Amino acid sequence: MANKLMPAPLMERVRAVVFHRRVVFGIPFLWLLLFFLLPFALVLKISFSSAVMAIPPYEPVFTFVDNTFSVMVNFSNYLFLLSDSLYIAAYWGSVKIAFIATLVCLLIGYPMAYAMARASARMQLVLLLMVMLPSWTSFLIRVYAWMGILGNQGLLNNLLMWLGAINEPLKMLNTNFAVVLGIAYAYLPFMVLPIYTNLVKLDVRLLEAASDLGCRSLTTFWAITLPLSRAGIVAGSMLVFIPAVGEFVIPELLGGPDTLMIGKVLWEEFFNNRDWPVASSLAIVMLALLLIPIVLFHRLQAREMEKDG
Amino acid sequence: MVKSRPFSFSKVMLVLGLLFLYLPMVVLIVYSFNASRLVSVWAGFSTHWYGELFRDQQILSAVWMSLKIAFYSASMAVCLGTLCAFVMTRFKRIRGRTLLSSMVSAPLVMPEVITGLSLLLLFVQMAQTIGWPVDRGMATIWIAHTTFCSAYVAVVVSARLREVDRSIEEAAMDLGCTPLKTFFVITLPVIAPALVSGWLLAFTLSLDDLVIASFVSGPGATTLPMVVFSSVRMGVSPKINALAALIILAVSLIAFIAWYLMWRAEKRRQGEA
Repeated sequence: MANKLMPAPLMERVRAVVFHRRVVFGIPFLWLLLFFLLPFALVLKISFSSAVMAIPPYEPVFTFVDNTFSVMVNFSNYLFLLSDSLYIAAYWGSVKIAFIATLVCLLIGYPMAYAMARASARMQLVLLLMVMLPSWTSFLIRVYAWMGILGNQGLLNNLLMWLGAINEPLKMLNTNFAVVLGIAYAYLPFMVLPIYTNLVKLDVRLLEAASDLGCRSLTTFWAITLPLSRAGIVAGSMLVFIPAVGEFVIPELLGGPDTLMIGKVLWEEFFNNRDWPVASSLAIVMLALLLIPIVLFHRLQAREMEKDG
Repeated sequence: MVKSRPFSFSKVMLVLGLLFLYLPMVVLIVYSFNASRLVSVWAGFSTHWYGELFRDQQILSAVWMSLKIAFYSASMAVCLGTLCAFVMTRFKRIRGRTLLSSMVSAPLVMPEVITGLSLLLLFVQMAQTIGWPVDRGMATIWIAHTTFCSAYVAVVVSARLREVDRSIEEAAMDLGCTPLKTFFVITLPVIAPALVSGWLLAFTLSLDDLVIASFVSGPGATTLPMVVFSSVRMGVSPKINALAALIILAVSLIAFIAWYLMWRAEKRRQGEA
């Protein structure tokens, strides 16, 4: 039908455009399908398998012997997770620590973002760089810095003793306090940036109108600024909370023996116990717990990316 | 503008927050010059640990390995991420677009242990079914890093693509430019700064990753974070302090140059207007 409406060279060009679009879409689509989606299917599959002493150390789930295709699904890993209180405690511990750390980030990060958004244009660029700079240096090294500060012989204890505030060193390293502090420190830039981007777009005329109508500045903040920056708060909180739940490095370096976090348990299950099926089912349960926050974040992100101009 | 007081609560918090971000790093740099092996005792100024660092063959080869992987991952991630960004900002009605955009934004928030575990299981399965990869190492880390870095590149580039004036592209197409030529002649120069910042972001992310690399690496490939982690697990070490100080210095220098270039470009733009 198009042939009759379009001259041949134009038709050729339409075909070229369609072909280009397919290639542009196809390459990243196939890459992500293979290296992002398929791996999750494998995790799901192996979570239904059982561990054996072999390479790879799990039983096949799908077998094809004598022309019969059989599926061996076993839920024993999941039942095992439920029966051992260690795993439930680890999930609960992760969510609790991540939640507190997110709250700390929000309480420090929101005022920071607010002050940044109110600064002069040139100052904003400098402040933005200053907030982002730490997140470009090594994450591992920034967590490590706290080991020297919080230790029993560390800087903070020495300082407090010198000031006479305490007589003997406080145990700060290898506690949950250190883990919360470490997460808040490492993820603070990820809280500040989305809130700042949101606040900077805020229509100042709304604030002026409120002030002209006799609103006090605190009332204006609660009635206008805070509700309008909700998207930034949600995005920032998700960017902190979700990775914090699965965090491994921070509980490993700053946490103690009683710090139970799921990322650390998964790591130990995989590297120390070499139980791949249990590690996989831990990952699946973690993903299920994080599904709501992830979907929430994805919606925001998609809306942001699809917006024109 | 609504009146702003010189010492408002938020300004005080901004200063305190920045101190919170920077003081630990300052402490690291100061203690990297400590002559004593103990962290708590200041035994005078010394550059002893820097000498120690540069004699450590294991650290030096890990640095080289990490730089190579980061270079290749960032380059590939820029290609893939730009394609993703293009699809998401320009192809509004292509089939599978929703799935692609979910797959692009998911790695941004996926816990690293899950990504690492899932990719390792994939590589093991692939080795069984198609016989590749025989050994895990640089290539598998490259694939893993490319995948999660593409997501960050896509965010940076799509932000820029949305601001580009489409009329110039349309004009070029109307004058007979093929879409491919239009992209290289018109679109690419305009989004080049975003590609550079996306590349740098991907480079630092790859350089910094410990968890995913630990999962997908084999005996042959040890990256810098893996060496640092195994040493730090044992406790504070002055050699790592020296390494940390050098990393902080390098990043600050690059950030300062980037800031200066942006500032100059901004000034020139203002001069033209």
